[in-house]
Amino acid sequence: MTTDVKTRNQELIQEVLSAYPEKSAKKRAKHLNVYEEGKPDCGVKSNIKSLPGVMTVRGCAYAGSKGVVWGPIKDMVHISHGPVGCGQYSWASRRNYFIGVTGVNAFGTMQFTSDFQEKDIVFGGDKKLDKVMDEIEALFPLNNGISVQSECPIGLIGDDIEAVSKKKAKQIDKTIVPVRCEGFRGVSQSLGHHIANDAVRDFVLDKVDGKAGEFVSTPYDVAIIGDYNIGGDAWSSRILLEEMGLRVIAQWSGDGTLKEMEATPKAKLNLIHCYRSMNYICRHMEEKFGIPWHEYNFFGPTKIAESLRAIAALFDDTIQEGAERVIAKYQPLVDAVVAKYKPRLGGKTVMLYVGGLRPRHVVGAYEDLGMEIAGTGYEFGHGDDYQRTTHYVKDGTLIYDDVTEFELEKFVEAVKPDLVGSGIKEKYVFQKMGLPFRQMHSWDYSGPYHGYDGFAIFARDMDMAISSPVWGMTKAPWK
Amino acid sequence: MSSQNTAKVLDHFDLFRQPEYVEMLDNKKTCFEGGRPDDEVFKIADWTRTMEYREKNFAREALVVNPAKACQPLGAIFAALGFEKTLPFVHGSQGCVAYFRSHFSRHFKEPTSAVSSSMTEDAAVFGGLNNMVDGLANSYSLYKPKMIAVSTTCMAEVIGDDLDSFIRTSKQKGSIPEAFDVPFAHTPSFVGSHITGYDNMMKGILTHFWEGKARADNGKINFVGGFDGYTVGNMPEIRRIFDVMGVDATLLGDNSDVWNTPTSGEFTMYDGGTKLEDAADALNAKGTIFMQHFGTEKTQEYVKSKGQEVVAFNHPVGVAGTDEFLMAISRLSGKAIPAELEKERGRLVDAIADSQAHIHGKKFALYGDPSMVMGLASFLMELGAEPVHVLATNGSKDWEAKMQALLDASPFGQGCKAWGGKDLWHMRSLLATEPVDFLIGNTYGKYLERDIGTPLIRIGFPVMDRHHHHRYPVWGYQGSLNVLVKILDKIFDTMDATTNVPGKTDYSYDIIR
Repeated sequence: MTTDVKTRNQELIQEVLSAYPEKSAKKRAKHLNVYEEGKPDCGVKSNIKSLPGVMTVRGCAYAGSKGVVWGPIKDMVHISHGPVGCGQYSWASRRNYFIGVTGVNAFGTMQFTSDFQEKDIVFGGDKKLDKVMDEIEALFPLNNGISVQSECPIGLIGDDIEAVSKKKAKQIDKTIVPVRCEGFRGVSQSLGHHIANDAVRDFVLDKVDGKAGEFVSTPYDVAIIGDYNIGGDAWSSRILLEEMGLRVIAQWSGDGTLKEMEATPKAKLNLIHCYRSMNYICRHMEEKFGIPWHEYNFFGPTKIAESLRAIAALFDDTIQEGAERVIAKYQPLVDAVVAKYKPRLGGKTVMLYVGGLRPRHVVGAYEDLGMEIAGTGYEFGHGDDYQRTTHYVKDGTLIYDDVTEFELEKFVEAVKPDLVGSGIKEKYVFQKMGLPFRQMHSWDYSGPYHGYDGFAIFARDMDMAISSPVWGMTKAPWK
Repeated sequence: MSSQNTAKVLDHFDLFRQPEYVEMLDNKKTCFEGGRPDDEVFKIADWTRTMEYREKNFAREALVVNPAKACQPLGAIFAALGFEKTLPFVHGSQGCVAYFRSHFSRHFKEPTSAVSSSMTEDAAVFGGLNNMVDGLANSYSLYKPKMIAVSTTCMAEVIGDDLDSFIRTSKQKGSIPEAFDVPFAHTPSFVGSHITGYDNMMKGILTHFWEGKARADNGKINFVGGFDGYTVGNMPEIRRIFDVMGVDATLLGDNSDVWNTPTSGEFTMYDGGTKLEDAADALNAKGTIFMQHFGTEKTQEYVKSKGQEVVAFNHPVGVAGTDEFLMAISRLSGKAIPAELEKERGRLVDAIADSQAHIHGKKFALYGDPSMVMGLASFLMELGAEPVHVLATNGSKDWEAKMQALLDASPFGQGCKAWGGKDLWHMRSLLATEPVDFLIGNTYGKYLERDIGTPLIRIGFPVMDRHHHHRYPVWGYQGSLNVLVKILDKIFDTMDATTNVPGKTDYSYDIIR
């Protein structure tokens, strides 16, 4: 990027900082930067408490555990333990697709809550939790287990959900997982992911100790980790792995089951897509069971092909040939997508602000369509995310960590990208500004975006957003 | 070759129905998922629709499944956003505010601005005073509000943070000017529901402006809508009615503009809302009309204590409900109901007469906020329909008794039952064991429509899977007409959908209905 852009971005950062009280400006300054090529990271601090009162986009640990890691496990009942709200607002809103008969053998789009009342706060909720579990067992007998997703009050009133869970697990002879993901823990969703991963370790993997899974192992068994099957992402990924000759024995956690989690230690390799939310459990399985793990990226044909080859390199010739066969099979589709959409999208600029893996992982997919990333940032990234980001972004890219709505609005106003990719809370702000927008958490109710099949949808959607006639109508002709 | 193509890109609707995916998913299920055999699943599925299951389901004492209610701070934000340049500030954990903003944006398809004091573990131990002090300063500098309305999450409530003293301290420490308006309300999520939060915040704002002031009757009328998913359509319609009647009215908490800003190339964070001086002057009104009795009780009491007359309705929809509403305005203001509104009334009656034959005797189940379902049930009975199951998860014993009395008083409400404190899993059992023709409820009702087959008419909050219905009023004669059309559209669509098999049922597939 030109010096002009770099200077402008630096000035922009100074400009937004000047709006804050001095103390807050000092703190925010550490989270904003312009990427310098060759540096080992993006030069921003991350995973630090959000400032109060600034309109952070971040959520909480409960969102990270119930909403991300545990919620998609479809054959378990996940209790939003505490007051009614948390479960209500996160009810079926994340589009973790699954197959099953809801309310009978699958529960992913239901809201189970202990609906705390004042007396539960005063006298404690353990007895209620005990009863909640009995009632789940009576009314939903085909559940394969229960998780307790703690909301804020649980940790504050001194409830012992571990004891209740232990007792009930013995009583009903099913897996019951207490998760201490109270919303006030940590600084964002991120600690919730970690806590949820630890709960998987302690209450699922340790329990079966690698002895689950009734199938006969093959040398090609792998698990998909950190794919939440949003709009079917894990499915359009799985199909590629299977087509190249691997066998996917578990999906974590989109369209996943308890049995799949339990059987994962039989995998020869763990393939991790969302590093941020599930690296912990991969590291654990590596230490305890010696299972290697590998990060991949299934957004856009360049990264998909790179990933397929890198994965194949960890297996024998059969799989390596399989990878080449898959890449060749989809090449005509890739060519057709690029031929159709690149002429329309080439040279367009994008600003991203998302969570998890997306602030970097989707960059390649945009570049495959000839688009450029002008700015990106993580809601709840850590230092290692910003290191990894350097492999994706170009010199001069604006980097914003835990951006506030104020900053993002100012940045977008000044940079004037052709497309903004962020979340539901941002969508309408930028559309009001007359800017094409795509939700990059929920795929804006479309998807899948993973895999070759998903790339066609991604390209169509970005084109649809940018090429809509509506953006030409924001100003009245008489003005 | 994969099924995917660029001529017609297959997304999730069609992609996963392609044979390669069907086979893959079957294989996943058989080899790895560890589920029960299909016949066992179907057996249990059938059992969940029996009377035996219903009894077990209604015996629940602790578990809540698919409730039709949210928590207090959501309602507090709703109320706060109805005032001029007001920034809702929620003291407690930050994830809550992310949820509230998302939830509103999914319903209104609009931005929703609100901030959190982002309390974490240290605040849980030491209290959130510093978060309040710094948070108010940051909000004030960045978002330049005219007022900041503070509510709480359950975290702040459990640890016992005192908003009054925290706000005072913040002002002393210079976070915000001493004279800056910061009304507040404690809104614990473990008490009541979103409508309670609305009540608390509305009362908090009025208290902030009214307390310690002497009242001098200025003959004006105040209007309080309550928590209302149709506010964007309703508030302008109510304003129009007052204008047509020549009544000087103050709409308290009018958030119809902030959730209805144009796409003009600019984002306006604040728009419209009750002017702060009008909110203060509202003390001097002759009386206040509350459109939803349930969910405004404390505010009503407060207004009454100031010497105003209070008139409370239960979300009037239909002819009689709107008649009463207009007559109350007329009585309070001394202004006659003009011919224009009488003509609108006649048109609504005309529309009902034209369509009643298609609605008469149809059985309905409905759920939603307590006052709203009362208003809708009254309208249904006016149309000759029978509201068989009327459910409000946030309906109290008092509501249940009043709702039951309303049903019992009409020949169309015989055998109909009010269910307070029940959830949508209870409703599922009711629909399965005592079937009705149509269901009225919010978006979550689509799961009931899928499981039981009862066609869903989307009226309520939130409606996230249909667009723009919130832009149209459901109050007044015009609003009632909108509700009538919503109901009729579903009735006619259902008639067509059940008569369209060529050579089998399509004799009834009539071109004129």
